[in-house]
Amino acid sequence: MNQNGNNLISIQNLLVHYDLGGGGLLDRITGGSKVRRVVKAVDGVSLDIKKGETLGLVGESGCGKSTLGKAILRLTEPTGGQVFYNGKDLAHLSQGAMRDERRNLQMIFQDPYASLNPRMTVGQIIGEPIRTFNLSNGGNIDAKVQDLMETVGLSRRFTKRYPHEFSGGQRQRIGIARALAVDPEFIVADEPISALDVSIQAQIMNLMEKLQTEKNLTYLFISHDLRAIRHVSDRVAVMYLGKIVELADAKTVYREPLMPYTKALISAVPVPDPQIEAKRTRIILKGDVPSPINPPSGCHFNTRCPYAISECKRIEPSLVEIKPKHYAACIRISPEHPHIEENEKAGLGRVGN
Amino acid sequence: MNRLTYIGLAIAAVFILTAIFAPLIATHDTTAQNLMVRYALPSATHWFGTDALGRDVFSRVVFGARISLEVGIIVVVVSAFIGIILGAVAGFYGGFVDKFLSGYIFNVFLAFPGLLLAIALVAFLGAGLGKLILALCIIGWVGYARVMRGQVLKVREYDFVQAARALGASNFRILFTHILPNAIQPLIVQASLGMAGAVLSEASLSFLGLGIPPPAPSWGTMIEEGRGFDILYNAPHVLFFPALAIALTVLAFNFIGDGLREYLDPKQRKR
Repeated sequence: MNQNGNNLISIQNLLVHYDLGGGGLLDRITGGSKVRRVVKAVDGVSLDIKKGETLGLVGESGCGKSTLGKAILRLTEPTGGQVFYNGKDLAHLSQGAMRDERRNLQMIFQDPYASLNPRMTVGQIIGEPIRTFNLSNGGNIDAKVQDLMETVGLSRRFTKRYPHEFSGGQRQRIGIARALAVDPEFIVADEPISALDVSIQAQIMNLMEKLQTEKNLTYLFISHDLRAIRHVSDRVAVMYLGKIVELADAKTVYREPLMPYTKALISAVPVPDPQIEAKRTRIILKGDVPSPINPPSGCHFNTRCPYAISECKRIEPSLVEIKPKHYAACIRISPEHPHIEENEKAGLGRVGN
Repeated sequence: MNRLTYIGLAIAAVFILTAIFAPLIATHDTTAQNLMVRYALPSATHWFGTDALGRDVFSRVVFGARISLEVGIIVVVVSAFIGIILGAVAGFYGGFVDKFLSGYIFNVFLAFPGLLLAIALVAFLGAGLGKLILALCIIGWVGYARVMRGQVLKVREYDFVQAARALGASNFRILFTHILPNAIQPLIVQASLGMAGAVLSEASLSFLGLGIPPPAPSWGTMIEEGRGFDILYNAPHVLFFPALAIALTVLAFNFIGDGLREYLDPKQRKR
């Protein structure tokens, strides 16, 4: 998949904060929260998505990866920052202008059971975007819908059927056909395979790759499945508690991760060879992901990081290019000292940022 | 559907057919007085007997079904329509709109005891079929609005609604093709229970003399006319038959409502 350095989408310091209230006078009297509680689902993400690539976005549940995907498409309203597409800032477009842009920006949803209206036939579902954008009329819509169904590997005869008559994999194909109906340029695939069986997962991933080559699509592929991400992505962004902590080529992230969090994440992937699996050492993190409500100060990972030092609680690390095209957000590594284990042995404290 | 639902449907069918074909079923003119046969007991000529003015109770009960059905249907349709629209708007737009609608409008209407408000309204507006229907709509719509708001709040979070938004569908389209058809089911239950409620409220108001003025054959008015110790003792049929009609009708719609609730509950239904 080509990478000509051409950015399709450029995200600048995107924020999605939810104010849960609290901290006011009335809250004190009524025994509510004494501090203002803010969920920082996406907390200052900057990311470029190149034309024609698949950018994988990984992270644990609740780290904000789906929210980021939805905020790009304005399905969740961002509370700050910009999303540039074709020279326009999607985050600040009016609702009407945003609707016009949706022709080029589509989404594939996680749950193929919930994302199709149970009271519409498959033909109506796939035809809906064609109708909303007046891309075709009358019998042409039916023909186009049938073509789309064929493209995603469904029989043309199924247009009159309802979603509940299909299996999960077939439904996901319907969801993909619906996203393709408007000939988009960019698709956010929000955990498109997590709800499917492993054998079906491969089919859907292969279908998505085939469509990418045929239609020159750009994907933001969101998943918590590291193997799936490695399989489909050109580049991978690792997210932790609302922030991007590492970004590099897919191979690099898996072969030589720099961030302690990414290392732990990669080591959690089981190896399908029992002998290697038994011998290899895994990095087990302490505790759970902290709540995104008022997350830890400084580096959000400092509460679980085996290499955390006192500065980590104060300084919010920014994403720095540690090696060529390999970015990480950690104050204990720098381009001169990229390996945290060696820095630890050498007794180096803060080296970066 | 259980047996009670079928019984409910059967009684409701009889009630509706009676109302439609009342002129064919009734044996006498509902307002024709015959003072010679006051308080006559049920007989071959007067199946349900006669009342204080010698009017045929059977014919009056039959025509009473018309009034009840008319009130019931208009009240349910009008209040469901208003309630569905306002509830859907409150649930769909949320934020300030919802705060205003459900905080100030819905809650104020919910705070009034329904029938008392209806009595006050009728006392203020004056008696008559139209005014009675208006009063019942004013107390009735808020129930639909509340249920609809809750349903829309639930359905609008479904992925397919987000999908429709992602596909560039307008708010109007999202609300009417994606949310409403998936949110309306409990409203069907609410409507059939509302039908029972409207019939009962009409009878109550007419009984209190605040509903449909005589000589129109409203079941509530007929009960009021059959009230009193000597009448009850000597001619119980005057009160019994309209009361039975009300009880059966209300019971029928409640059975239907319960049956529908069970039938439409996805947890109790195999797909």
